[in-house]
Amino acid sequence: MLNKKLFYRFFLLLILTLFVIYYVTPLYVMIVTSLKTMDQIRGGNLFSLPNSINFEAWKIAWSGRGPGTSDTFLKPYFINSLIITIPALIISTFLGAINGYALTKWKFKGANLIFLLFLFGTFIPYQAILLPMARTLGFLGISNSPIGLILVHTVYGLGFTTLFFRNYYVSISDEIIKAAKVDGAGFFKIFFKILLPVSLPILVVTIIFQFTQIWNDFLFGVTFSFGESAPLQVALNNMVLTSASVKYYNVDMAAAIMAALPTLIVYILAGNYFIKGLTAGSVKG
Amino acid sequence: MATLEIKNLKKKFKHTEVLKGINLEIKDGDFLVLLGPSGCGKSTLLNTIAGLENSDSGEIIIDKINVNLSEPSQRDIAFVFQSYALYPAMDVKENIIFGLKQRKISKDKIESSLNKIVELLKITELLQRKPAQLSGGQRQRVAMGRALVRDPKIFLFDEPLSNLDAKLRIEMRREIKKLHKNLKTTMVYVTHDQTEAMSLGTKIAIMNDGKIEQFDTPNNIYNNPSTVFVADFVGSPSMNFLRGAVKKNNNNFFFIPENSENNSLDISGLNMSLVDQNEILFGIRPEHVYLKKEHALRVTKDHNFIEIEVMPELHEYIGHEQIITFNFSGQEILGKFSSSIKIELDKKISLFIDLNSVSIFNKETKTRI
Amino acid sequence: MDWLKKNLPKIVVAPSFAVLLWFIYGFIGWTFYISLTKSKLLPNYEFWGIDQYIRLWQMPRWHIAVENLVIFTILFITICIILGVVLSIFLDQKIRAEGFLKTIYLYPMALSFIVTGTAWKWILNPTMGIEKFVHQLGFENFQFDWLVTPGMSIYTIVIAGVWQSSGFIMAIFLAGLRSIDDEVIKAAKVDGANAFSIYTKIVLPMMRPVFMSAIVILVHLSIKSYDLVIALTAGGPGISSDMPAVFMTKMAFGRSEIGLASASAIMMFATVSAIIVPYLYSELRREQNVK
Repeated sequence: MLNKKLFYRFFLLLILTLFVIYYVTPLYVMIVTSLKTMDQIRGGNLFSLPNSINFEAWKIAWSGRGPGTSDTFLKPYFINSLIITIPALIISTFLGAINGYALTKWKFKGANLIFLLFLFGTFIPYQAILLPMARTLGFLGISNSPIGLILVHTVYGLGFTTLFFRNYYVSISDEIIKAAKVDGAGFFKIFFKILLPVSLPILVVTIIFQFTQIWNDFLFGVTFSFGESAPLQVALNNMVLTSASVKYYNVDMAAAIMAALPTLIVYILAGNYFIKGLTAGSVKG
Repeated sequence: MATLEIKNLKKKFKHTEVLKGINLEIKDGDFLVLLGPSGCGKSTLLNTIAGLENSDSGEIIIDKINVNLSEPSQRDIAFVFQSYALYPAMDVKENIIFGLKQRKISKDKIESSLNKIVELLKITELLQRKPAQLSGGQRQRVAMGRALVRDPKIFLFDEPLSNLDAKLRIEMRREIKKLHKNLKTTMVYVTHDQTEAMSLGTKIAIMNDGKIEQFDTPNNIYNNPSTVFVADFVGSPSMNFLRGAVKKNNNNFFFIPENSENNSLDISGLNMSLVDQNEILFGIRPEHVYLKKEHALRVTKDHNFIEIEVMPELHEYIGHEQIITFNFSGQEILGKFSSSIKIELDKKISLFIDLNSVSIFNKETKTRI
Repeated sequence: MDWLKKNLPKIVVAPSFAVLLWFIYGFIGWTFYISLTKSKLLPNYEFWGIDQYIRLWQMPRWHIAVENLVIFTILFITICIILGVVLSIFLDQKIRAEGFLKTIYLYPMALSFIVTGTAWKWILNPTMGIEKFVHQLGFENFQFDWLVTPGMSIYTIVIAGVWQSSGFIMAIFLAGLRSIDDEVIKAAKVDGANAFSIYTKIVLPMMRPVFMSAIVILVHLSIKSYDLVIALTAGGPGISSDMPAVFMTKMAFGRSEIGLASASAIMMFATVSAIIVPYLYSELRREQNVK
């Protein structure tokens, strides 16, 4: 019987390892390709290791080939994404927190309906609002600027952030709020001194989620900006899509990795935390 | 220290009436217990007194001042919650003085008040700890400390002992009673545990379904329950209720148990004027039935007791006491006796009932006659 | 001043709520109205009726998009769930490297669809990617040019999509598995069930809510797929891997047919609502009952 158990165990580990290969392979291919020269790429195959570690492609992907050339490189668009992501992230998270707090700890008429409307809003396909939003941004004069995208991401992130905080605050005892009221603390005092200090878990989840959503966005970026004010993913796509005669696959791969690095790093550092937070919501429904 | 008056307080929640017109008045220094089953409205009433919930109509008057429109923090009350509700991110010291800081009390005064309370409750070593690092009993004391340090007019307690284990509960009950004796502050206490209510309260309001069934001293509630609900709720095991009718015969009154004409009992000894009634409940507590005539004689100085024939059917031993279930003409009577008495089951014996302790209720209205 | 204090919670939520009403529900309303007009490049507010929808459903391109959506959705959901369930069951077997494995299986989720599309575009590249690799292994006749084959390009999107999202499905199933009361499993063991039966007859049926969540999330992702399609195939070759999301954008900003584009957007919205609304309703009912 021991053999049977060992066999199952071995089989299990084999399958799990195969899946590791499945998930890691694209990343491996990206890294390996980005470190090769175009000759090596043409000569070798997808999986072959580079002859020598060559960061030339990375340099080009980041800052281009120098004056006189016209291809896209990532640096300015990376900065654009930073300018867009950070404010939108901060504003939507803060509003979500205070909304979640107000909706759960201060019962007022319609609170549940309002929450439902927020919840439903997170499911809508954005195609249903692209046109009116484009017109509104144009009307406000911010259609090709970071401010426009900050507005868009804040507005459409509100539903998620409110959802996260609301579900979290629902499970915090109401009696603590009552005790604070008896002690004479008001709306904001209770929020900042009592609730916020214990909100770290959900803050981390929300910030990671929002950062990933906004940083990885393409649809809003490509619809509401063009040219120099585009965010990173749009620039990446433009780079890869160039109908230039020669495709520099190593540069493409280097660019893709660089575009993915921020979210990847966040994920490696706090990923498990993030999953715990997210799945707690999903599983409960 | 203050008086508390509640006038015709009503409250609706969605479409249900949770408080159907509450009227209460207690004196300065009283210990009022709101006792009742889950859902009777006692917590709601307490929260409304505190200002944590709004009433729809009626008045709440603390120390002769109408506080209907005042915020909880302005009513000069303190509240101890069932779950203690300590602020999780603050240590014990900060928890206790949070309210004082909100009222902008001077640092010196805060320190002195804090020290007094800390010494009284013996929680000095706990001051730097966070609530998560405390045991249930310790959290309870910190919650008390937070309430005490406010030196309020009225203390409000919402089932503060329910989350403690049995032994700790009895200990803390005594602590609260001692506290009341020393501070002499008016207290309002919510519980569903009738032993707690009886031992702590100077006045008890038994609530059921949003109404007060009886508002009286513990003694009266126990001995003269005004409704079947009250009689049934207080006392463990609860009062026995025998179904039957009352018939007058010349100057004598008889209780005729249901379906048992021949077993009528002469209850003329009850000092009440009764009339013929077909549907009554004859109530007697298990503690007030006796197995031996001498016990009955000893207890009822005026020899006001009756003898009935019963068949013992079930026997429950609880240590120093035992509870026997008797069959009396097809109805059950429970009796509580000392364990030292030996009783044989399934053999007919006599039971003696102290008429002074009998309560007669109208079966329909469930009220006392 | 007191009025302010009393209504502070409402005042605090009001701006966000106003934004929600305007930018989501208001905008959807506007899009819906435009879908009932003749608008081309600029909005024409004259009511026209449902002719845009008729136009829409008469377009072969839209049919292709819808067909692709159906194919993609079915495959995407089925494969993601199977992979997710299988992986979660395997991971539930108390493996020491569990944390490490979870990280590996989940990291694709952290990438943007553009990055994923770019990577897979390279891997599935007909002359330089997998095809070339297999050739070099000796199988000269191997062909893998799905990416540029009109009928097959949609399946490349499935491959990339599954790679990206299956890890997340695994994570929520694993969390669901872990939340099952141990005692139920013990009772089954006492009853003599083996591991396989325990999983198939007891555990999986108890995970119905997780299945529902997974399906809802995946359907939602699928209908929204825009970024991935653009990066991988740009809807091509030609329009063979077109999807409603891509169709809408092309019509709205490429062809100046905002009436038509709005109609397609409303179709997408209606489809999502048809699934989400009953789901939300049943979830809410569940929450009420538990209370």
